[in-house]
Amino acid sequence: MIEWSHHLPALQVVVPMLSAPLVMLLRSRGLAWAAATTASLFSFAIAIALSLGVLDGETFNYRMGDWPAPYGIELGVDAFSALLLLLVTGASTLALLAARHSLDAEIEAERQPLFYTAWLLALAGLAGIPVSADAFNIFVFMEIAALASYVLISGGPDRRALPAVFKYLIMGTIGATFYLIGIGLIYLMTGTLNLADMELRIHAVADLKPILVAAGFITIGLALKAAVFPLHVWLPSAYTYAPNVVTVFLAACSTKVAIYLLLRFDFFVFQPNLVGHDVQFTYFLMPLAVLAILIGSGVALFERNLKRMLAYSSVAQVGYILLGASFVSLAGVTASVLHMFNHALAKGALFLAVTCLATRCSGLRLDSIAGAARHMPWTMGAFVVAGLSLIGIPGTAGFVSKWTLISAALAEGATGGALVAVIVLGSLMALIYIWRVVEAAYFKAPEKGVAPLREAPPMLLAVTWAAALANLYFGLVPSLPISLSSAAAEILLRHVP
Amino acid sequence: MSSETLILIAVFLPVSGALLIRLAGRSPNLREVVTLSVAVLLFATVLLLLLGVQAGERPGVVLHEILPGLAIAFEVEPLGIIFGLVASGLWIVTSIYSIGYMRSHHEKNQTRFYVCFALALSGAMGVAFAANMLTLFLFYEILTLSTYPLVTHAGTEEAKRAGRTYLGILLFTSIAFLLTATIWTWNVAGTLDFTVGGILADKASPAVAAALLLLFVFGTGKAALMPFHRWLPGAMVAPAPVSALLHAVAVVKAGVFSILKIAVYIFGIDFLAGVSTAQVLAYVAGATILIGSFIAMRQDNLKRRLAYSTISQLSYIVLGAMLASPLAVIGAAMHIATHALGKITLFFCAGAIDVALHKKNISDMRGIGRAMPFTMGAFFVASLSIIGLPPLVGLWSKWYLALGTLQADELALLGVLMVSSLLNVAYLLPIPIRAFFSKPANGETFTGIKEAPWPSVAALVFTALGCIVLFFCAEPLYRLAHAILPQ
Amino acid sequence: MHLLGLYHYWVFAVLLMIGFYAVIAKPNLIKKLIGLSLFQSAVFLLYITMGKVEGGTAPILQAGAENPLYSNPLPQVLILTAIVVGISTMALGLGIVVRIKEEYGSIEEHDIQEIDRQ
Repeated sequence: MIEWSHHLPALQVVVPMLSAPLVMLLRSRGLAWAAATTASLFSFAIAIALSLGVLDGETFNYRMGDWPAPYGIELGVDAFSALLLLLVTGASTLALLAARHSLDAEIEAERQPLFYTAWLLALAGLAGIPVSADAFNIFVFMEIAALASYVLISGGPDRRALPAVFKYLIMGTIGATFYLIGIGLIYLMTGTLNLADMELRIHAVADLKPILVAAGFITIGLALKAAVFPLHVWLPSAYTYAPNVVTVFLAACSTKVAIYLLLRFDFFVFQPNLVGHDVQFTYFLMPLAVLAILIGSGVALFERNLKRMLAYSSVAQVGYILLGASFVSLAGVTASVLHMFNHALAKGALFLAVTCLATRCSGLRLDSIAGAARHMPWTMGAFVVAGLSLIGIPGTAGFVSKWTLISAALAEGATGGALVAVIVLGSLMALIYIWRVVEAAYFKAPEKGVAPLREAPPMLLAVTWAAALANLYFGLVPSLPISLSSAAAEILLRHVP
Repeated sequence: MSSETLILIAVFLPVSGALLIRLAGRSPNLREVVTLSVAVLLFATVLLLLLGVQAGERPGVVLHEILPGLAIAFEVEPLGIIFGLVASGLWIVTSIYSIGYMRSHHEKNQTRFYVCFALALSGAMGVAFAANMLTLFLFYEILTLSTYPLVTHAGTEEAKRAGRTYLGILLFTSIAFLLTATIWTWNVAGTLDFTVGGILADKASPAVAAALLLLFVFGTGKAALMPFHRWLPGAMVAPAPVSALLHAVAVVKAGVFSILKIAVYIFGIDFLAGVSTAQVLAYVAGATILIGSFIAMRQDNLKRRLAYSTISQLSYIVLGAMLASPLAVIGAAMHIATHALGKITLFFCAGAIDVALHKKNISDMRGIGRAMPFTMGAFFVASLSIIGLPPLVGLWSKWYLALGTLQADELALLGVLMVSSLLNVAYLLPIPIRAFFSKPANGETFTGIKEAPWPSVAALVFTALGCIVLFFCAEPLYRLAHAILPQ
Repeated sequence: MHLLGLYHYWVFAVLLMIGFYAVIAKPNLIKKLIGLSLFQSAVFLLYITMGKVEGGTAPILQAGAENPLYSNPLPQVLILTAIVVGISTMALGLGIVVRIKEEYGSIEEHDIQEIDRQ
């Protein structure tokens, strides 16, 4: 490898972070967009380089300012973080490419450079979490990402975004503060904030009360951020009223990053040390996951607003991800990590298709998209492909993760059988709510007095199809996400007997 | 050309055909020439494959491996070639029939019709030649999705409602049961390849095997086993060629074919005979046979009557598979072909009557034999074949099914088969008899012959003659069916 | 006595709960933010107090002082960052409240819900 590859983990954060103020200085929205997209593409390239490096067996550890590990700040990339980086930067890049045409309707031209600045900050924060190896740094990146995404969500023209984002701000801050309390207590007991160090030193104090309390605070705090049922109430409104491309970006990766942290902490930091820690998974997270799947999908069945429906579907999908992890088995955690990747693909593509619809339709209710397929066949085609992936039809990415998830559940004996039924029921409900959209778009006559629609702008359509085809590609050639996620599962479970 | 290439051609030729049809959409003549030539080429390809299979080969090809050991792969074996031959051969006949029917009916969106038809055939070929359960499932779903626009072709409220039921039941059963069973099998057996003698034999506990069998059989909604049969009568709103090929041949036969394939190659008939739910399912199939026939008797709409008759006849095949005796399986495999030939003729006739005389109800069909002698003659022949009388090919499959019940020591089910034959007589034969010998209702008079367009009549006469010819040349079919069993 | 000896934890816990209560129970958005601020400050106190070493001085390097006893500086540094995060959150929160007031004409939670329902 060339020497600069050593700096990749730092560049992953530095590039978007430093481009952000530059973008603010650009007065023209076209230039600002171009600069932001270039920065995002660049970090996507870095993420790809890192992932390929990780798959080659390389390890990336980077000491900021060359201070040695427990004192200096350490950055590190392994298979799990590489997968997350791919998601975050990939989603950001696709959404930014789509933003060129869809943002004008939602944000005034002169405010757009500021919007792109906030976007890059959010990207820097979200990418910073996976590369950090330091618990406090993670908190800072988490808050950078959160503050920037509050700005992004409230940037749209819909005033209902404001109360939604206020709720998100309150719940997000509480979540982050819980996390801060948790790492404070761990620091109190171990005297370190470096995750790897923490993992070693925690052995001595593993079953003392402060560590147990810390585990509780961190789990709840991150569950809030990850929209784990029943802490998901901020999510549907925030996703619904945000500008469309923001929804694409955040729906694809923001909750995933919180789940990433949750798994990291629960398996990496606490798992080897806390006695009976699997209790937390089998008796706490698993029932929540089941409820999330059933209730999230159930509510989605009755939603008439497209974005809200997909947002509730996201609540359910978080359930699938947690369900896999709650088996505490190699197969289960692999399925969980894999589903993070595949769900991001499916949901990203779905929201991109919704963005296409939003550029032409009068609204995003099922009635307003009636008959849309007649004039926007490509958009709806992409929606159907991504929808099939969400349901888990063979040949799509969603199928691969559902397959591994069901296989993992079947290995769990009798409870596994019931859980398979839950997974299948969830898929059937997904089938129904996706079908409702398809039926409205393909088989309902458009409302009277509505001007005939046109197909979405070509660039937007190209991006949407790129995402939809990615669903097919990773459904047929799933080796990349599978090798990353099984490597991630091995890292996470390396202490579990 | 190697057999591997031939398999891929068989599966993907209809897809490229669909593209060409779409491109030729502007000119109806060109479009139909393309359809026909693709159909003929496809049949020729399957015939070439047949030669290999008759020589004892089982050529296979792996298209793409998704996960280690889990691939999209094809393999040609005797059961698949029976289904492949039936579907591709009858596609030619149906295409000829469609040309007459669709034009004289002035149907809209004819290009979409032919495109979806070709795609559905690709699905059927994929099902026929699937080398493992995953591939079968994939093409099973392609078949469902590509036939949906055909069911809703008319665009009316009724058609949409039927389409919703169609998709609802087929997707529900397949995703809820069939896919679960597939993944479960993978977990238990570590493979999904169709293997002579089955893959579950030493691996699944009796309870697991019993549950899997239920999931597989009810998951195959296309087999229209009660209580998942409601989509089939509803789907009869489709144009007659669709009902004929898809709902008497490709779609429903894909369902029963899958069940038969699962019985023979996933469970293996020796193992299946010991699975506790197999007998239960055999009785469910028996009940479906009788109930379907009874409902058929009460239908006045000809296509609906034929639909319920199809439900009843499909369960013959399910019954044969669940009996798991060698002769019953042979009978079931033969019934795929023999019932297809008979039923497609009946649907052709129903469509022809609709086109020529605009009649849909049986009560209006008295005396029409004078106007449509060829059609009603063919109807008569096909009815006899469905009933299972010599010298028609329907006899052979019923013969072996009946022997199969004896072999499995299920006298009650033998009784079911016999009663069902009588019921067939009761609901099918009166139609041609009244058409020829009764006076037309409400003072209509039929002077002179008023048949449907010649391509349609030619098609239905051809299939009716097929019923007769195959009676005398049934040996190759029997040999193929016999080759399914472990030697 | 042991319980009272750790009184700074009690301060932390009580402040935390007061703040948390305000966030949940108060319908006024400004009061919610005040609660949130209290909530965060409580955590700052937790960090600051944990770094304190009894009898320790400020951690400043002095000439001549050999091995001086000083408080742990790391929590203080961390909290400096956390305070910045807290201020930004508060500023953004207040900004959103201003925008809500402009759009809805009220900063009472149920008024806003009422208006949205229409």
